[in-house]
Amino acid sequence: MSYRPSELRRQREAARHQASRRSTLIATVSTVAIGALLVFVVTGAPGFDRVRESFFNFHYAKTALPHVLSGLWLNLRVMFIAEIFVLIFGLLIALARTSRSPLLYPVRLLAAAYTDFFRGLPLLLVLFLVGFGIPGLQISWIPNSAVVLGTVSLILTYSAYVAEVIRAGIEAVNPAQRMAARALGLTQSQTQRRVVLPQALRKVTPPLLNDLVSLQKDSGLISVLGAIDAIRAAGIETAQSFNFTPYLVAGGLFVLLTIPLTRFTDWLTRKQDRARVQQGQW
Amino acid sequence: MTSSLLEIKDLRKSYGDELVLQDVSLSLSEHQVKVVIGASGSGKSTLLRCVNLLEAVDDGQILLAGEDITSVGVNADQVRAQIGSVFQAFNLFPHLTVIQNIILAPVLVHGVSKEEAKVQALKLLERFDLIDKAGQYPDLLSGGQQQRVAILRAVINKPKVLLLDEVTSALDPILIAEVLALISELKADGMTMMIATHEMGFAKQVADEVLFLHQGQICEVGRPEDVLVSPQTHHLADFLGSLRRAGRL
Ligand SMILES: Nc1ncnc2c1ncn2[C@@H]1O[C@H](COP(=O)(O)OP(=O)(O)O)[C@@H](O)[C@H]1O
Ligand SMILES: [Mg+2]
Repeated sequence: MSYRPSELRRQREAARHQASRRSTLIATVSTVAIGALLVFVVTGAPGFDRVRESFFNFHYAKTALPHVLSGLWLNLRVMFIAEIFVLIFGLLIALARTSRSPLLYPVRLLAAAYTDFFRGLPLLLVLFLVGFGIPGLQISWIPNSAVVLGTVSLILTYSAYVAEVIRAGIEAVNPAQRMAARALGLTQSQTQRRVVLPQALRKVTPPLLNDLVSLQKDSGLISVLGAIDAIRAAGIETAQSFNFTPYLVAGGLFVLLTIPLTRFTDWLTRKQDRARVQQGQW
Repeated sequence: MTSSLLEIKDLRKSYGDELVLQDVSLSLSEHQVKVVIGASGSGKSTLLRCVNLLEAVDDGQILLAGEDITSVGVNADQVRAQIGSVFQAFNLFPHLTVIQNIILAPVLVHGVSKEEAKVQALKLLERFDLIDKAGQYPDLLSGGQQQRVAILRAVINKPKVLLLDEVTSALDPILIAEVLALISELKADGMTMMIATHEMGFAKQVADEVLFLHQGQICEVGRPEDVLVSPQTHHLADFLGSLRRAGRL
């Protein structure tokens, strides 16, 4: 016996098909309309020609690109080093803050003070304090390179953010999980490492990646200390030509750099949401 | 020394001002199965949690194989490693597969090699018809399967006593049956157990002794065919009456 779709099913499918064609059409029309409106408003603006000349000049873009790219290479290295340290420190601080050992009480207190302080302090100020303050101390064994101190500032600030995200994840793990682990005879630290932390990290991967995206773009701020990164390189070009296109080139490169990570974060968030819906947690 | 495996003497426990367990004394000998019944809030879970030291007792003693596990300076982790506990919510670890759940404690707590633990785990899963679930994550299992895995996760450590706290109350009838069948097999293996349950039919079937808790006190104790059929106190009579009206007896 072969299955023959009923008339009812054919009608349903036809209706669904039509509905989806209609939404595609609406989406297309509205995209074109809004795009046209934007172009009209921007190009019709009285100063448009001047803006185009100073921000979108192909010639300056081409001459600036190699310099900006070599600056970007510095950003990349700073991002990479900072991300590694931020993840390690963030994890350690989160663990210290959520531990219950009385021995760690002072560490817990210190960690709490640290996160409060560095989450509140604007990164720009941290950069100034570390980048100009520390060399001022004239301690011989501390390097006073702008790159190193800028990276340290990024690490100081972002470790505080990441620690808070991980701590939230640890606290979101169902206490019954901890109970179940302890009931099996696992010690406090085995429970933390083998049961709580893996679940916590899974929960907070999307916000964690968001912080890393943010760190990537803030790596451009080390230019205020004089490190020749992509933004600084663009600034040097601009100072010679009085044309702002190099900044736009740098900006575009930063966006390109973060897109893979933001896409990945979105994808992961959607995947986790779907899994949660399937598990009926919603 | 005492001949009983688990002995509870004059246990007393309160939460704040609320006295939850009072003068609870009992003794469980090897291979014995004791079923604890009582209304919701009568203290069944608290009693079991005191035994595996997830709650600190206020007064009294608990002896496991003659050793006072409530005395100061006892290593609670070592005590818990000798006691199996399974609770109402399955609490399998969602980030680990079934077999990883089962071998976690043998490897981390009991010093069994990973290979050996796997062999033992597969044997258990095979025996209880769960072998095809070994590599799956818990959220893909039915409630009954999850609860059976949770019990096996405790059993693999060869606990001196297995504590089961309403392990079927989150399940529908068909799934309940498969969990109860597993527990019956464990009894046949000679496992010493203390079980809190609302399944009176099951209590009759596996209990060597039934213990009725009322407001934190042991109100009646005896063989299931006596306690469940001819209650001596009106507390128990009322409790059984309410179960009967709910169609659970
Ligand atoms: N962690 C707790 N904090 C405060 N009160 C509790 C806690 N756990 C249980 N109780 C109280 O202790 C009493 C006994 O609870 P429980 O042992 O869970 O009973 P049962 O398992 O028989 O339903 C109840 O009145 C409950 O409200
Ligand atoms: Mg209970």
